[in-house]
Amino acid sequence: MSEVRSAALAEQFEDLDQQHEASSLGMWVFLATEIMFFGGLFAGYSVYRGLYFPGFDAGSALLNVKVGALNTALLLCSSLTMALGVRAATLGKRRELATFLVLTILLGLTFVGIKLGVEWHHDYLEHLAPGINFAYEGPNARAVELFFVFYFFMTGVHALHMVVGVSILAVLLWMTFRGRFGPERYNPVEMAGLYWHFVDIIWIFLYPLLYLIGAHH
Amino acid sequence: MSTTAVAPTTGVNYLNAQYGIRSWLLTTDHKRIALLYLGSVTFFFLIGGAAAVLMRLHLIEPQGALLEPATYNKMFSMHGIIMVFFFLIPSIPAVMGNFLVPMMVGARDLAFPRLNLLSWYVYIVGGLFTLYAVVAGGVDTGWTFYTPLSTTYANGNVMAAALGVFITGFSSILTGLNFVVTIHKMRAPGLTWFRLPLFLWAIYATSIIMILGTPVLAITLLLVALERTFHVGIFDPALGGDPILFQHLFWFYSHPAVYIMILPSMGVVSELVTCFSRKRIFGYSFVAFSSVAIAVISFLVWGHHMFVSGQSVYAGLVFSALSFAVAIPSAIKVFNWTATLYKGSVSYQAPMLYALGFIGLFTMGGLTGLFLASLATDIHLHDTYFVIAHFHYIMVGGALMGYLGGLHFWWPKMTGRLYPDGWARFSALVIFIGFNLTFFPQYILGYLGMPRRYAVYPEEFQVLNVMSSAGASILAVGYLIPLVYFIWSIRYGPPAGPNPWGAKGLEWETPSPPPTENFEEVPVVEEEAYAYGEKEAHVV
Repeated sequence: MSEVRSAALAEQFEDLDQQHEASSLGMWVFLATEIMFFGGLFAGYSVYRGLYFPGFDAGSALLNVKVGALNTALLLCSSLTMALGVRAATLGKRRELATFLVLTILLGLTFVGIKLGVEWHHDYLEHLAPGINFAYEGPNARAVELFFVFYFFMTGVHALHMVVGVSILAVLLWMTFRGRFGPERYNPVEMAGLYWHFVDIIWIFLYPLLYLIGAHH
Repeated sequence: MSTTAVAPTTGVNYLNAQYGIRSWLLTTDHKRIALLYLGSVTFFFLIGGAAAVLMRLHLIEPQGALLEPATYNKMFSMHGIIMVFFFLIPSIPAVMGNFLVPMMVGARDLAFPRLNLLSWYVYIVGGLFTLYAVVAGGVDTGWTFYTPLSTTYANGNVMAAALGVFITGFSSILTGLNFVVTIHKMRAPGLTWFRLPLFLWAIYATSIIMILGTPVLAITLLLVALERTFHVGIFDPALGGDPILFQHLFWFYSHPAVYIMILPSMGVVSELVTCFSRKRIFGYSFVAFSSVAIAVISFLVWGHHMFVSGQSVYAGLVFSALSFAVAIPSAIKVFNWTATLYKGSVSYQAPMLYALGFIGLFTMGGLTGLFLASLATDIHLHDTYFVIAHFHYIMVGGALMGYLGGLHFWWPKMTGRLYPDGWARFSALVIFIGFNLTFFPQYILGYLGMPRRYAVYPEEFQVLNVMSSAGASILAVGYLIPLVYFIWSIRYGPPAGPNPWGAKGLEWETPSPPPTENFEEVPVVEEEAYAYGEKEAHVV
């Protein structure tokens, strides 16, 4: 009790183990709330996909599967670099940590760039943005529009999470340069890693649901 | 009231450790944040209450005595939105939970103190948006924001109100997260799960609902905002959307939210009943697990709000059966409380009067809930005053009585002062009488067929409506009395001493008000919760 308290230990905790366990549990609980948040969207998507399957099929066919696949690959690679970064942090290797954080940030930014700059831009030019310039000639136009509502909203909320993730990683990078992390204090990196993987997993579900509806025929 | 008035504690405590507005607005002390919440939920309670007063005045005459019909719609919407999201949901968790969770587990603070402060600011920002919606002209959708009324026909203030509720939701998510982590990871040595006070079991179950339910409401309100902004058909049937989907998503949160409001009160009542019966709670583990059971089942019953919405009859059957299932853990609690009273040394101090009031009123509210959970009777009673009476028995007779009971119980701990017990007992009585006079006639009105949310009604309903309005004025007086003597006691109340009730529990083992770090050294727990009357046995 009267031992010297580590500088990394917040005053409400007794020891570093307790602090580490608390922040891990806190992060997992937060991710549970995120799952429920996206869960509402996935539920809505499922209902309308069931109701209006032909329209969703037609809408999905208008997306560029290859660009989506490229983005999926980028995001999976970023999860790898993030995991390597967390490992470097636990070992106290600051140079390595900085490198992997930079790589993760770059991969994340490329993903967002492709998503907004290439895909959304293209969809906009094709008059596929509901509420803004949606114009679709063909059967099931309403259902196709509904598909694009969900497409823009789901990928938009996901991209927002990516931007938040990249910002967090940028702060961590700055903290790394300031020498804030060591083998005793790597909690923030680990927590950011959990968040990053979570955002990645959301995309793993979004990609087939949005891009691959018609893949079987 | 205990006459052993201890000399005033002269030491440094959390209230006098620092002075100045900055020391409050930037505090990370859970006890100070609890008081910030106490002030803000009281503010919103008074606004929501004012709306109720106007409504009851209006309904004295069949053609409406006071308001334009459109204004009346805005009044009940404002009353519902503010009372549900800005008073009831944060009331016990954010005030008493914040104050007590760290003290009851024997910790210096919650696991994430800065997050805790953030949650208060988030709550305030959400509240400001909602107040803006009120000032800017009001919302007439009811607190339920049903589509397509909210997305197509209602005025634009609905966006500000929905945004306010959306933002405030994150406050309750953060609070729940903090409690779950604190209860899991920060219990004092020897404080096992089954030695926890039952208040903590109730708060834990509540937190689970906050964590898992609130995000669904958040995404639902975002979809409403999206539909309104871009005129796309997510919920609007004219554009291919499905309004029933909105109801499913809304009630998936908002039915469990009922238990966010009532579970903490049940936790408070468990504490009060044992303390004032001087007896261990009957069936500790049953009461503890019934809280968890209520939390779990609460997520599976939302469809009972939608029996007449056109959802599948088979879904209705299942939802009806599951709704009946919630009655089991609720009844377990009531039976265990009454069994605790049996052969206890019961004393009728003010907190206990509120607790006993809770048990009676909650039982009535719960049993009438079964009428509404039955498919056939619900067809007759749906959207009538019967529903209003039912959920006010749960939320005012239940949740609010528990809140007031808890406030009277822990007020001496929070402020270090005693309030006048005679006035407190008197106000408990006034509230009980006023409450029943207000809401019992509404059961009859609903059974006779008076629909809810109507600004006018047939003349034969006038007698019952006047009774209800008369009761509401008594109820209002009952609420104002505690407001006066609580404020009075801060300055003039006699010092409370560390444990004025002779209660068990870690929070009573520190001075009142507690020091900033709660305990001088980490307490070690060696006995079960509520070891009333067993002290002697331990000494021998």
